[in-house]
Amino acid sequence: MIRYAIQRFLGAIPTLLILIALAFIMIRVAPGGPFDAEKQLLPEIEANLRAAYHLDEPLVQQFGRYLYALIQGDFGPSFQYRDHTVTELIMDGFPVSLRLGGLAMLLALIVGVSLGTLAAFRQNTPTDYTVMGVAMTGISIPNFVMAPLMILLFAVYLKWLPAGGLGDGGIANLVLPVIALALPQIAYVARLTRGSMIEVLRSNFIRTASAQGLPMRTVIVQHALKPALLPVISYIGPATAAIITGSVVIEQIFGVPGLGRYFVQGALNRDYTLVMGVVVFYGVLIISFNFLVDLLYGWLDPRVKY
Amino acid sequence: MTNRQEATRAADTGSDTAIKGRSLWSDALQVLRQNRAAMAAMIILAIVSLLVIIAPFLSPYSYDFTDWDSVSVGPSFSSGHIFGTDALGRDLFVRTLYGGRISLMVGVVATAVSLVIGISYGAVAGYLGGKTDHVMMRIVDILYALPFMFLVILLMVLFGRNIFLIFVAIGAINWLDMARIVRGQTLSLKNTEFVEAARAGGVSTTRIIRRHIIPNLLGVVAVYVTLTIPQVILVESFLSFLGLGVQEPMTSWGALVNEGAQELENAPWMLVFPAVFLAVTLFCFNFIGDGLRDALDPRDRSR
Amino acid sequence: MGNPLLQVSGLNVTFATNDGAVNAVRDLGFEISRGETLGIVGESGSGKSQTVLALMGLLADNGQAQGSASFDGQQLLGLSSDELNRIRGTRISMIFQDPMTSLNPFLKIGRQMSLVLTQHQGLSRRAAMKQCADMLDAVHIPEAQRRLSMYPHELSGGMRQRVMIASALLCRPALLIADEPTTALDVTVQAQILGLMRELRTDFDTATILITHDLGVVAGLCDRVIVMRDGRCREAGTVDQIFYRPADEYTRELLAAVPRLDFERPQAEVTAVDLVVAQEQPPAKKNDRVILLQVDSLQVFFKVPGPGIFSASQTLKAVDGVSFGLVPGETLGVVGESGCGKSTLARGILRLVDVTGGRVCMLGRDLGVMDDNALKEARSDMQIIFQDPFASLNPRMMVRDIVAEPLQTHQPDLDGAAVNGKVVRMLQRVGLEPGHMNRYPHEFSGGQCQRIGIARALIVEPRLILCDEPVSALDVSIQAQIVDLLMELQASLDLSLIFIAHDLAVVQQISHRVMVMYLGRVVEVADRYSLYAHPKHPYTRALIEAVPIADPEIERRKSSTGLEGDVPSPLDPPSGCAFRTRCRYAAERCALERPRLRMVDETAVACHRVGEI
Repeated sequence: MIRYAIQRFLGAIPTLLILIALAFIMIRVAPGGPFDAEKQLLPEIEANLRAAYHLDEPLVQQFGRYLYALIQGDFGPSFQYRDHTVTELIMDGFPVSLRLGGLAMLLALIVGVSLGTLAAFRQNTPTDYTVMGVAMTGISIPNFVMAPLMILLFAVYLKWLPAGGLGDGGIANLVLPVIALALPQIAYVARLTRGSMIEVLRSNFIRTASAQGLPMRTVIVQHALKPALLPVISYIGPATAAIITGSVVIEQIFGVPGLGRYFVQGALNRDYTLVMGVVVFYGVLIISFNFLVDLLYGWLDPRVKY
Repeated sequence: MTNRQEATRAADTGSDTAIKGRSLWSDALQVLRQNRAAMAAMIILAIVSLLVIIAPFLSPYSYDFTDWDSVSVGPSFSSGHIFGTDALGRDLFVRTLYGGRISLMVGVVATAVSLVIGISYGAVAGYLGGKTDHVMMRIVDILYALPFMFLVILLMVLFGRNIFLIFVAIGAINWLDMARIVRGQTLSLKNTEFVEAARAGGVSTTRIIRRHIIPNLLGVVAVYVTLTIPQVILVESFLSFLGLGVQEPMTSWGALVNEGAQELENAPWMLVFPAVFLAVTLFCFNFIGDGLRDALDPRDRSR
Repeated sequence: MGNPLLQVSGLNVTFATNDGAVNAVRDLGFEISRGETLGIVGESGSGKSQTVLALMGLLADNGQAQGSASFDGQQLLGLSSDELNRIRGTRISMIFQDPMTSLNPFLKIGRQMSLVLTQHQGLSRRAAMKQCADMLDAVHIPEAQRRLSMYPHELSGGMRQRVMIASALLCRPALLIADEPTTALDVTVQAQILGLMRELRTDFDTATILITHDLGVVAGLCDRVIVMRDGRCREAGTVDQIFYRPADEYTRELLAAVPRLDFERPQAEVTAVDLVVAQEQPPAKKNDRVILLQVDSLQVFFKVPGPGIFSASQTLKAVDGVSFGLVPGETLGVVGESGCGKSTLARGILRLVDVTGGRVCMLGRDLGVMDDNALKEARSDMQIIFQDPFASLNPRMMVRDIVAEPLQTHQPDLDGAAVNGKVVRMLQRVGLEPGHMNRYPHEFSGGQCQRIGIARALIVEPRLILCDEPVSALDVSIQAQIVDLLMELQASLDLSLIFIAHDLAVVQQISHRVMVMYLGRVVEVADRYSLYAHPKHPYTRALIEAVPIADPEIERRKSSTGLEGDVPSPLDPPSGCAFRTRCRYAAERCALERPRLRMVDETAVACHRVGEI
């Protein structure tokens, strides 16, 4: 187990290196530069700026410099937000995104698994059709449509909840963005759970359990839930990594200062360090969550050995 | 219809005179026909596509014509603007249909691109197996770890804001799932007894791939295609929502929804009409995909 | 005994399908008394399983049962699931065919067993565990306590079926239903399980319904038998009536179709004993007939990933030094339990898997040194028929294309009409209609699919056909037809066959010589008469003893439980003689030295103690 963890960790290092190199090359190959937005920049000032940020060095040297700083935990200064380092920006945005995304994922897991199980258990009944119809709505209506509609209904007309911002960080401000984030996830999780649960309920060992006179509730909870959750687990690993790094749409609509916008702004403004920072951050999260998924798998499925 | 009855009758009576066999596809079609949700989705989708294609003939206005007499008016038949107009006095009905053209085209073209890359990549990795497979799938893993938005935006920046290239860029990013699925299928098909039988019979590798592997992949691919199209449409609308998609005055459903969301309180129709079109289309594709998956799942055949 | 325990009358089971209602069981009636064992025999689709599933309320959603089934005075049909749950697992228990999939792979043995007790008897977890351990003891599982904390995949197939039986008996049911309990098991393990059931029947005084397609299984275990076909009861009676005085024609057909292990020496036989049986053993007599296939010390090893994701890979010696020769027109039977390497041997000969060592020569030409083109050509002389008739036919191709494919590969210049003509003739040759050409595999039954597979193998007029368990997946009567077809084709086309099976009876019927394999090695080769009449190797003897005979007299006389234990893992075979761990004659030498094949009378046998036992 520990051996496996160490080996996985060592295996992740080359993956991460290739990832960083790839992102580094891609962003540098893209036309334009970080100082394009500032219109009347004198050539010598721009040259000074470039020198200050080491942009005048050969690419390989810049990459080495970047890696060296990265190993020491330094993402470098942001080109766009001159007063901040990338580390500061990430550390400011991440807690917000983590709170929203974490809550949304938790909600998705609880509601999605319950709904999916219910639908599978009552397969081909009106309950099933209703649940799956709702799930389909969650998948089909994009959240940039859903979010404004929710604001219109709950904030503008009913005035139950604030329309946006984080306010004092209270629950009320979180409700709408969390739900907007969670809806598509609920839908995905519910569909996945239903599918795998139906598969499991068809298997021979469930028939054995029924033949043993166990009531359906016991059969599902004790026998079926664990195997049915496996596909859900492999879905939510990367999905969680994606959702806790923020959603630019939700942040824009609800006016929340999260991490998601940096992915877009950083790339658009060629804020090299910022975009590299969030990409590396995201990559580390994805790799870690995939690792967690594997561990969970091993814990749930006794046939998997490390 | 007659074919189906004939085939069913022949199968029931076990008669040997049946000329036409029931392929798995015709069986699947039969199951699909009984799936009311999927059939309704197909009809609605056909209507939407038709509307979108003949859009210019349906309204006296063009998508970029500004009607200064009616700026930002609600839907009414008397004014001729049945979906109302936007803040620039452009007819929303025509714009919604034109937007649909772009959205549907993105869906089809980008899916086709991802299909070509995904199938060839996945089939090669799956059939060759071993180290090649390992390396190829490792690359896919790494690409998975890059944030989707970052890739899309970079490609858009790289290719400029050309509509066609948007299609290609989205497709070029969306092939990862397809490659994984095709690879998995190929791996399991490669070990089936009928492929082994073909190898024992001396059949060449290319012929095995052509006659035995690909036809058996088509079911999964068909399902996946119908589920990829809505996904891609969503990505495009998302980009347009961020202002990165199609350029004014051309538009797409995502761009229209974005404009609508900004005018939410003054002109809700600007959000409602394109949103409904977008959602209904996505609904239809998802229902057809689900229906196809059920129909192609042989375990349900007995029911 | 008075009134019966279970009385079924007028039972009808129907399924609603796309092609209309299907009647699986029609107007079935039977009864069973306390402590009695009833056998329900029938081929697939006879409705035997659906009958008991209907009684247990376990029919698929589209199934519907009508009629009456009175269990101890209570009507079973139409009970709510709550009411059923008070009977299932407590008064009536059921065990299923496949112990591999019928136990939950995600739960420890103790956990899934104790759920039954905590549910029905309200026992505490600890008390339930104690009872489970006792029950595992009762079904002769060694180290019962330790097994409770193991997962099903850590047990062998036979062990798993014992666990199934133990869980079924936990609440001391009055009626035990066993649905093909031994079908998925090897023949030696089957004998163990049948012995166990015989023993438990008396210990627990449980009435048993035994569902099977194998008349041999019924003969030894049942008091009364019902023969079913197409959902109806064809004949019911005591075991002796059914076997010795069958009244119904179908019963007689079934009995006739059962391959028997009788030892009459055939009059005229292609004697091929004088062949090279092993490389160590020079041929006794020179034969002027040409040798078609010569296999020398063939080895096929697989690299298997270790038990952990990163632990070093292990070597699985699937085939470890097998040698034999084959003359035209000869059939070599290959038998052995699962994991003995018999299927890998076939694939190794055909080069469908990579060969680790040894040589395969077809008509004197070494297949190992051939380039792709030569190999392709050589393959037209050797074809294969697979076990699973459905999996071996591409579901998306029409029968014509399936059968024609090898032909188009080897004779690409044939025109469409000529191909069609050959396909039609071949289909007729294997007993199919020309009209079947344009249909797809899933429209055919298992037996028909196997005929298509045979047609595909024969169309290039090969000299040798490797049959990898070609009848194992088929019903007995269909088995007999396919075996007859193969024998007839062989005689008329002068084919050589390698016939692989785990069923000794079928092998005996078709083979001239039989080769017995154990853990990748040959333990005995002999002509079929010597092998069955005078088996030399202890393993061969055990195999033959374990085959259930469709004769109640013989079965009742059987006393010994035969071989103990299961086949060891081929990843870690015992040293010396691989069989020694299960051999009652094993001596010190057997652990030290690997026995080589040597001739004893007309038999080649690999056993150190063959002279003494």
